[in-house]
Amino acid sequence: MNVEILSRFQFAFTVAFHYIFPPLTIGLGLLLVMMEGMWLATRNPLYHNMARFWTKMFGLIFGLGVATGIVLEFEFGTNWATYSRFVGDVFGSALAAEGIFAFFLESGFLAILLFGWDKVGPKLHFFATCMVAVGAHFSAVWIIVANSWQQTPAGSHLEIAGQPVPAGHSFELADLWQARMVIDDFWGVVFNPSSMDRLSHTLVGAWSAGAFLVVSVAAFYLLRQRHGGFAAASLKCGLALALASSLLSLVTGHGSAAGVASNQPSKLAAMEGLWQTGPQAPLHPFGWVDTTNQRTLGPKIPGGLSLLVGGRRDHPVTGLNDIAAELRPPVGATFQCFHLMVATGFGMIALSLWGSWLWWRGQLAAPQHFASRWFLRLAVPAVLLPQLANQAGWFTAELGRQPWIVWGYLRTSDGLSAVVRANQVLASLLGFGLIYLLLFALFLFLLNRKIQHGPEPLEESHELPQSWLKQGRA
Amino acid sequence: MDYNLLWFILVGVLFSGYAMLDGFDLGVGTLILGIEDDHERRLFYNAIGPVWDGNEVWLVTGGGALFAAFPAVYATVFSGFYLAFMLLLFALIFRAVAIEFRSKEPWAWWRRWWDRGFFAGSTGAAMLIGITMGNIVWGLPLDARGEFAGTFLSLLHPYALLMGVTTVALFMMHGAIYLHLKTEGALQARIRQWINPLIITFIVCYALTTLATLLYVPRMTRILREQPALFAVVVLLVLAIANLPREIHRGRDWAAFLSSCATMLLLMALFGLGMFPHMVYSMPGAAHSLTVYNAASTAKTLKIMTLIAAIGVPIVLTYTVTVYYIFRGKVTLGKDSY
Repeated sequence: MNVEILSRFQFAFTVAFHYIFPPLTIGLGLLLVMMEGMWLATRNPLYHNMARFWTKMFGLIFGLGVATGIVLEFEFGTNWATYSRFVGDVFGSALAAEGIFAFFLESGFLAILLFGWDKVGPKLHFFATCMVAVGAHFSAVWIIVANSWQQTPAGSHLEIAGQPVPAGHSFELADLWQARMVIDDFWGVVFNPSSMDRLSHTLVGAWSAGAFLVVSVAAFYLLRQRHGGFAAASLKCGLALALASSLLSLVTGHGSAAGVASNQPSKLAAMEGLWQTGPQAPLHPFGWVDTTNQRTLGPKIPGGLSLLVGGRRDHPVTGLNDIAAELRPPVGATFQCFHLMVATGFGMIALSLWGSWLWWRGQLAAPQHFASRWFLRLAVPAVLLPQLANQAGWFTAELGRQPWIVWGYLRTSDGLSAVVRANQVLASLLGFGLIYLLLFALFLFLLNRKIQHGPEPLEESHELPQSWLKQGRA
Repeated sequence: MDYNLLWFILVGVLFSGYAMLDGFDLGVGTLILGIEDDHERRLFYNAIGPVWDGNEVWLVTGGGALFAAFPAVYATVFSGFYLAFMLLLFALIFRAVAIEFRSKEPWAWWRRWWDRGFFAGSTGAAMLIGITMGNIVWGLPLDARGEFAGTFLSLLHPYALLMGVTTVALFMMHGAIYLHLKTEGALQARIRQWINPLIITFIVCYALTTLATLLYVPRMTRILREQPALFAVVVLLVLAIANLPREIHRGRDWAAFLSSCATMLLLMALFGLGMFPHMVYSMPGAAHSLTVYNAASTAKTLKIMTLIAAIGVPIVLTYTVTVYYIFRGKVTLGKDSY
């Protein structure tokens, strides 16, 4: 195997593994703010108990996020040194802001969140919880700004050996070692054409990850008739966020797709398996891309894609046939990842609408009811839906960007480290494979132990507010 | 002062912050096998419990700042040290996981294995950081494009290994002084017995490193010959080290810890002074060296980053100090402990 395949595979593997954890901490961080805020407002010990339990879960997940995140920062330099030299001037500012504004904020206040319950007053503790949540969101901001700049470069220009290159001009590979992107306008980089659409879509996806984790664990407790009041209240917190985030995903996802249509037509064509340019571009709810015969099999909604990205059925959409073969992303994989994301997204919407309807009927936390029981049974494995959607979404974004690592400027295959050999990458890849396998097994084991252990029993009164009680009995 | 020099200093400050902060928790990791009792080992873990994670962020931010301010240095060093840095990553992951997972089960074998993992990860990370520093001081073979032209095994020469051992000794000393500050009673008395031997070990290692540097890497001392006023740094360093047993003897644990931090800061200052303006010295072929000027980002980027740092760093320092203040005093075990 050659070093390019291995390096691509190692980065994809380590980033995908890492990306299990940050969305959970972003979503769970927001829920912790909600729970602790409700406790401060009502002083109901139930909310305090919830905040304590979910904080412990947060701590475990956060630890894995940090441990696997540092790898990625190293890999830019170790495996993609040419890329690092090329983008350093632009990419660097965002990375520096990420470290200073996000990571320090998160990890500094995390100490108070996890270990400060008895050391600081409730208000300061709540403030720390808010700062951890803000830090988690900030860390998403800067990394997505950097990634979006790679998708839609702006606020910068190309230089070779210090000489600006006019827009639209390329360079010879022999000159690559002295070529680099140079920043013109920091805010132009931050607000590049795709950053805000992609940021909002990623953040609501992260909220779903946290929300469905809480929903899943709470549903499990209710089905087993354990920790009733705690589970009912957690379920409602989680469900409220799940409903909001899954509906918002639809809105932000639409914005992202419209952006892709105008900025990265080859990516959109691959996402939908569209070969022929023209109006009345169809939409496939699912299907199979037949690359050899250049067609996409499966049911179609005529004009659906034109309608979605252009607002009318005769809006012309660029097809793959109008894109040079070497500039096409891997069509089949991009298509399937995109459709997996959309399908899981609609699954989340359906499930959270159903749950909300049961809530409205007063039957949510009542497994003795047939409908509620089935909802709860489906809610337990639903923790996987946002994980699938987040992974598939990122694979769509990154596969669809190929062959570019910086859109229109640098190809992924040209961004490798010149001095790193295939056997070195193979060795590190095997190492990551082994260590991450161990990590993942331990993570699931400890997560399960924490769930089985459940929240601490309430020291004080076990009473719920009247409204909770009413719904619990209904 | 130009932005290039400013960022040379700031990157140095970030890595010094990393050495001062993560240095003690890496040192605690090396010392963990020095005690047997589970309760006492838990005190060790909880002494660093609330802060190790934040300490590691200094490395992440230092790496980020290096990438941003000196992309060519970042690219050359990280790709050149490929296997060494992969091992460093494995070590750091392993110890982070050991800290997180050890306390989650009460079984003796479980905890024993995670303690060994914590020891190996911490000591390995310290050793690899030292080896990296040793190679940067010694010089790396670079080609005309500034790419590393050596191999992994060529990084393991005696000078680099000596620097690795010295770093482990330094972190152990720093960790013991930190533990002395955070513990009490019989455990503190035992740690106190470790401190003097650890100080002496560090001094021996440091003396050997200094001698080797004077003999084999004389360019590191050029600036001290040209600017004799800078010899003050050496004097301060020796005083800071000599002050350590004195403060411990007087029972002023905080002063001892600060003195140990000052030792690290001054060591980094000497390292920076010796290197400037080089960031990676090419040997052989000094003309291919990467300097703060030929390896830097544009003045515009450095200016933006200076603004970001000017806003962010005071905030970071404020809450870092606040967190250390909140968790001041002797470590005790509660229900949120590791």
